[in-house]
Amino acid sequence: MSIYLELFFAFLQVGAFSFGGGYAAMPLISGQVVDKYGWLSSSEFADLVTIAEMTPGPIAVNAATFVGNQTAGILGATVATIGVILPSCIFVTVLALLYARYKEMPLLKDALISLRPAVVSMIFAAGLSILIPTVFKSGSIGFSEGNLSIRPLVLFVLSVFALRKLKLNPILVMVMCGVVELAVYLVL
Amino acid sequence: MKDKLRTLFFSTLYLSAFTFGGGYVIITLLKNKFVDELKWIDEEEMLDYVAIAQSSPGPIAVNGAIVIGYKICGIPGIAVAVFGAIIPPFVILTVVSAFYTIFKTNPYIQSLLFGMKAGVSAVIVSVVWDMAFGIVKKKDLLLIIVMILSFVLNYYFKVNAVLLIFASLIIGVFRSLILSRGKRV
Repeated sequence: MSIYLELFFAFLQVGAFSFGGGYAAMPLISGQVVDKYGWLSSSEFADLVTIAEMTPGPIAVNAATFVGNQTAGILGATVATIGVILPSCIFVTVLALLYARYKEMPLLKDALISLRPAVVSMIFAAGLSILIPTVFKSGSIGFSEGNLSIRPLVLFVLSVFALRKLKLNPILVMVMCGVVELAVYLVL
Repeated sequence: MKDKLRTLFFSTLYLSAFTFGGGYVIITLLKNKFVDELKWIDEEEMLDYVAIAQSSPGPIAVNGAIVIGYKICGIPGIAVAVFGAIIPPFVILTVVSAFYTIFKTNPYIQSLLFGMKAGVSAVIVSVVWDMAFGIVKKKDLLLIIVMILSFVLNYYFKVNAVLLIFASLIIGVFRSLILSRGKRV
């Protein structure tokens, strides 16, 4: 299959199955882009999530544009972006039409109740796959000598504190983490 | 009609270009613009549109643009609103992507990105924390089981996300059918 078709169908799936916005798309994107096609390494995927957090716009559209550009240039980005929004365009338009007629949709609501916990878990799994390689040098949990990197762990703990207790803006927290790491690199 | 389409396009373009922090934020801003400022949609109806945008698959910002575009100008409205919403991220990420290839090997950028990964995982953990607590608080055993099982299956057994989404949707539909039958009897 040509790369354009692969990009289109990979992101079509991301668009069709990411319920619940932003973070919910993450596990689907990494499933296609990292696990299935290998377009990005998991470290590049973590970069992508970081970049997507720093820039405006939905993470799924950001990812489609980025991955498309990286693998097949601007045409790839266009195809991937069309793929990611096409399911929305069809599904939401149909719902809007139905809504205009019936003004109710209880079954969809019920179906979504049990979907939410599954989505939360998968977001957590995606978060762990960024956190663990950042904190453990070998890429998996282990406390042998030299495996644990103290500095990113401290940054992580401080960030959680800053977000939850001090209610700092997430982008600010991320930038501060980057700046600290850069400062340490420049000094040492 | 032409004026409305133009306003629609520039509103979604502007909101999409300057909204950080995901779908829920942009939905609030869309409401401010189209309900409070322009008064093109009434409050009640907007709440239903928000529900549609949030419970449909796909990016919430795009879904929101679709429902609002449809309400205001029908199918041409959808095209214009969606186009406005995706241009900013498309342009920005294309530029970033071009620089990424150059920056990837730069040690300064690398250490900046490395530090930011610690921050981004904290942001994700914090979001998950809130969402998971919201679910636990419902004291609904089925939901907690779904949550734990899907974590184990996804993280340890690498079960595909699409499969887990389907399975949990089916669980929800079944339960809804069983409960509604119980009520009728």
